[in-house]
Amino acid sequence: MDVPAALSALAPRLSPGATRATNARRLSGGASQETWTFDLDDGTPLILRRRPTGGAMSAAALPLSTEAALQAAVAPRGAPVPEVVRVCESADGLGEAYVMRRLDGETLGKRIVRDEAFSAVRPGLARRCGEVLAAIHATPLDGLPPLATSDAASELARYETVYRQSGAQRPVFEAAFRWLADRAPPLERPVLVHGDFRNGNLMISPEAGLIGVLDWELAHLGDPAEDLGWICVNSWRFGEWRRPVGGFGDYQDLLDGHAAAGGAPVSLDRLLFWQALGSLKWGVMCLMMYASFASGADRSIERAMIGRRASETEIDLVLLMAT
Amino acid sequence: MITHPSAAELTEALKAVQTGPPGDARAAFIARVADNARATLGREAALGPAAEAAAVERLRDLLALDGNFATLNEELCARLADGRLAPLNPAVLAHLKISLVDQIAIDQPGYSGLAALEAAS
Repeated sequence: MDVPAALSALAPRLSPGATRATNARRLSGGASQETWTFDLDDGTPLILRRRPTGGAMSAAALPLSTEAALQAAVAPRGAPVPEVVRVCESADGLGEAYVMRRLDGETLGKRIVRDEAFSAVRPGLARRCGEVLAAIHATPLDGLPPLATSDAASELARYETVYRQSGAQRPVFEAAFRWLADRAPPLERPVLVHGDFRNGNLMISPEAGLIGVLDWELAHLGDPAEDLGWICVNSWRFGEWRRPVGGFGDYQDLLDGHAAAGGAPVSLDRLLFWQALGSLKWGVMCLMMYASFASGADRSIERAMIGRRASETEIDLVLLMAT
Repeated sequence: MITHPSAAELTEALKAVQTGPPGDARAAFIARVADNARATLGREAALGPAAEAAAVERLRDLLALDGNFATLNEELCARLADGRLAPLNPAVLAHLKISLVDQIAIDQPGYSGLAALEAAS
């Protein structure tokens, strides 16, 4: 498929003054989706997100039209998201895809937690994340596209099944599954959960802070503490382990921001439960990615080496269990 | 001792790595991953045997059983899974802490979880 040509043909429907697309370039990363950056000749900066031709859809991933609908649904609540410009139709010749405005900022966690350029926005970032999550969690569920509901117990059961299938013998995961199952909080009132709210999916501007929540493919209905815990998983603190919220802030700032913006009260205990479950999930995901190497589906060194990141989640879990 | 992937699997994956064209971002990324894998294999060769021998000693005491690492580790997993050992059993946690410190020293010696664990104990 000639994506740049299809984008040029679509240009007049993306912006009234445009006649063609320029600078179309596929960005690296994203195994299940393709991301293309391009401009229109009237200067509009855009992003195309599309399902690769013939690409298998992972069981957990949402249809792209659902992602687009969620971004449109949370925007009026005050959650910063890229504006959706078009959900593609088959006549557009791009397959399953949508187009959104391109934001100007940084998603690389390593830079966000360390670079001098972000030192002015870092102190307020954890509170802002709490506020934005409260806005997402307050989205009315009526009118949302169909979404799965999951609670702590069902998430644990799902990942334990995957772990058992891996054939791995990992005592930390065995202990963590039992420890967390005993403490799994009931789901009181399901809310819209982003499902992957962490460094990498947050667009940060050196001047304006959090300007975009990206990558809605794991959104579902669930416990608001799931999103609050996930951003505190040590794997995305990029070495800044003393700042539990994404390597840039403190638990209390995140919880205060969430509460101040109208979020239902979440205790630190409940957040820490979901943080530990998050570490366990990421550890099992590392084993899943390694499994595609072991099965022969993808014999790359990258797929093999990701398995060696499971131990980082084990050391984090041991610390969470021991304290 | 370490599996998913084992050292043998890493060695095999490294053999299949091909040099990409200069300036290619994907090839440069793969080259960095390959360098990491070689460094991991070096650390595992240097540190793995002593770590495994120490783990076997700890597991024999903890489980009151004899056997090699794989057998004893599997037994520990089974006892944790069926509740014969509690997840917060202090002797289990003590063993797991030492095991993880040893494994992180091989897999990712710069990982911050190591410093966090040391600061807490």
